[in-house]
Amino acid sequence: MSGQNLTGLPGRPQYSMEQLTRAMLAVGLLPILLILTVVVMSIVEPKFYGIFNVLNVLRQSSFLAIVACGQMLVLIVGGLDLSVGAVVALTSSVMAKTMQAIGFVMPEAVGLTIFGGIMAGLGCGLGIGLLNGACVAFLRISPFMVTLGTLWIATGIGLLLTNGIPVYGMPDVFINDFGRALWFGIPTTVYVALGVVFLVVLLQRKTVLGRYLYAIGGNMQAATVSGVATTGYIIIAYVLCSMLASVSGILQTARLGSGQATMGGDLLMLESIAAAVIGGASLRGGIGRAEMVALSAVFLSILSNSMNLMRIDSKMQLVILGLILVAAVAIDELGKRRQIRG
Amino acid sequence: MMDGASGPAVAVERTAPAATAGPRLLELTGITKRFPGVVALDRVDFDLRPGEVHVLFGENGAGKSTLINIIAGTFPADEGSYVYDGREIRRLTPHQAREIGISPVFQEFSLVPDLTVVENLFLGRERTSFGFLSAAAMRQRAEEVIAELGFDLNPRAKIRELSRAHQQMVEIAKALLAEVRLLILDEPTASLTESETSKLFELIERLRGQGVGIIYVSHRMREIKQLADRITVLRDGKLVKTLDSQGVTENELVELMTGRKIDVLFPKIDHRPGEVGLKVQGLTTANHTVEDVDFVARAGEVTGVAGLVGCGKSELIRAIYGLEPLSAGTIEVFGQPMHHITPRKSLDRGVCYFPSDRVVEGLALTRPIRENASMAALDLPQFARLKILRQVSERRAIQEIVDRLRLRPPNIERVVQNLSGGNRQKVMLARGLTRETRLFLFDEPTVGIDVGAKIEVYELMKQLVEAGAAIVLVSSELPEVLHLSNRVYVMHRAHVVAELSGAEMTEQNVLASFFEGDRSIERKKRAQA
Repeated sequence: MSGQNLTGLPGRPQYSMEQLTRAMLAVGLLPILLILTVVVMSIVEPKFYGIFNVLNVLRQSSFLAIVACGQMLVLIVGGLDLSVGAVVALTSSVMAKTMQAIGFVMPEAVGLTIFGGIMAGLGCGLGIGLLNGACVAFLRISPFMVTLGTLWIATGIGLLLTNGIPVYGMPDVFINDFGRALWFGIPTTVYVALGVVFLVVLLQRKTVLGRYLYAIGGNMQAATVSGVATTGYIIIAYVLCSMLASVSGILQTARLGSGQATMGGDLLMLESIAAAVIGGASLRGGIGRAEMVALSAVFLSILSNSMNLMRIDSKMQLVILGLILVAAVAIDELGKRRQIRG
Repeated sequence: MMDGASGPAVAVERTAPAATAGPRLLELTGITKRFPGVVALDRVDFDLRPGEVHVLFGENGAGKSTLINIIAGTFPADEGSYVYDGREIRRLTPHQAREIGISPVFQEFSLVPDLTVVENLFLGRERTSFGFLSAAAMRQRAEEVIAELGFDLNPRAKIRELSRAHQQMVEIAKALLAEVRLLILDEPTASLTESETSKLFELIERLRGQGVGIIYVSHRMREIKQLADRITVLRDGKLVKTLDSQGVTENELVELMTGRKIDVLFPKIDHRPGEVGLKVQGLTTANHTVEDVDFVARAGEVTGVAGLVGCGKSELIRAIYGLEPLSAGTIEVFGQPMHHITPRKSLDRGVCYFPSDRVVEGLALTRPIRENASMAALDLPQFARLKILRQVSERRAIQEIVDRLRLRPPNIERVVQNLSGGNRQKVMLARGLTRETRLFLFDEPTVGIDVGAKIEVYELMKQLVEAGAAIVLVSSELPEVLHLSNRVYVMHRAHVVAELSGAEMTEQNVLASFFEGDRSIERKKRAQA
């Protein structure tokens, strides 16, 4: 059947469909899809390689990659964080408001203004993360419900603070020399994202914390029996996730030049879950690697950018994204089923 | 394959030899089943007559479960013929299997935890009238079946609220609810008490009298001797032999099963009781599964805890390790009193616990062997410094331990999911050996692993004790506790009812102490009241 000689040449090794699928499962669907998209786009759409477009894609994928890495950490401990998009919005509002206030009182203290604003923004992530983590770890409430609650809380506070109106008044240095700046021709955001992904990879591979997160997601009771303080580590996972969302919020705000309570939102949250799962994180916990999740964030950004360039109807874009998500999860599941059950 | 299928069934009837006379209810010929990377069954023949108990015997991974799953229609065989009641069967589904009278009782329960006993019994074959459920009729029928089986079961209870033994009863009742012609029992007594077991055996006798064919999977020699008409031994997916149960000795069966001569299952342990490693006084757990227990384990000896399933013996050592909340009592480890015990503190004091359920409490299945083995030791400088992992050193340490335990294949990067029961247990043991441990708590260490792996676990215990460690061995397998221990505590209904040592350590004495225990517990309760 499929064991036929595909090359048509005698003496060459024969590849069966089985082997091909196995090879694909080993490499993963993601790199193949990514390369495919880039190749196709560079042939059909010259604008794809325009400097403006490339910078734009890089920036977009950086925002998403940072949030998705956090989401992945929570997925690894068997949780889920619906509040990341709302944390981005809250961070944006609180940071801009803080900078506005400090700037009003002390117009000369630009450094203090920026520092205060960033700390306030990160504080939002810390607060929401602690709340999420504590409810999940101590009260054993389902992560879905807890983070749905904090999603609404964070969104509400952001809107209350800003009345839904963009907040201006952040120092120009912060916007022009950081948010919109290029270092060696590449947006600052990209450096931050690379740094974040690198740190998370390091955390996962080289630290006890990373190992424990895998262990907890792999089997919580086994981790308990092995003397791992599971509650503490689960809280850390949620805090890291929210704080990474804050980092992304800070970068997006600096880029936009104003604090907005509508930033991030539910779409970013859903994309972060999609990116994490397409990147190989398991919804059952215990599995997930930051570098693959980051790659998947790049892929999603390139994909939506490509579809925009090709003027594909935005409604159609949703259909395509949905199909790719379902396919990614299905292939992951098939791959698991092929393993021998011992 | 087609003509081979209908052939033998007819032929047997015609030329039935005297000893193996009678028609076949089930006849499997040349059954082969492959899973990716393994041949689970290799041209296996098997047959079953109406009214006989046919025992399937073999190590874990020998192919017993694959065979009963094929019979029950869970998945099809790749090759071979399946003749049931004279008809060739193809593409059998579990649902069809039940309709033609094949009822399996598997070890993994097929019960929905949030439904009641009645709802579970009738799941998939609910009785209805005019499209509505006939709740009363179903409850009545369920009560009849339960009464007939002599089980102590409340039909309105939710499965979630039942003990494992009771869930097993529901599973058996479910199998017998409809018309049964072929009953499959997969280690049905693993979680039943003595009296429940004897009721089950009465039932099996009755069904046998009614001409039901029974396939019985068990490791327990006593049950096999009591029940079996014939025994089929499988090894590595191949049929070793089908033999009449009369005159078969235990040694013969074990030899057939393992393919090698086993002189001694239990090693001779040289106990040298030294200082007191563990001293427990007046221990009572918060949920009263353990009440007022005094207990001493010394370094250099194995201290056994025997008892039935659910007597509190597992909870006792779980409490010592810090997994069950206490309401009263003191615990001392090597002379040091322990307060507010957590697994972390226990590990720091050199105490290690091996859980009985390796899937639920022991292993992170999606992670590699290395990570599972080092999980409890990442606070040690050998494995991590300043919370940063030292992977080279970790790899070396784990490889060394794994080699010592003779894990095959010795690749420590394999994911635990793909390992057999025996290998999984070795990964658990490896975890215990990563740190300096003076007190080992074993909870049912040989449940679900084959004889070869058992012997290796016993050997390890011998080495540990003779090197001066204290071991507490909790087991429901009486021969295991009695052979390996220097002293045995007998637990019954949350209390320690006897302490046996030397020549007193016999099965009779253990059983006798249950009854005495019953009496003294009643006396105590009356005195309190």
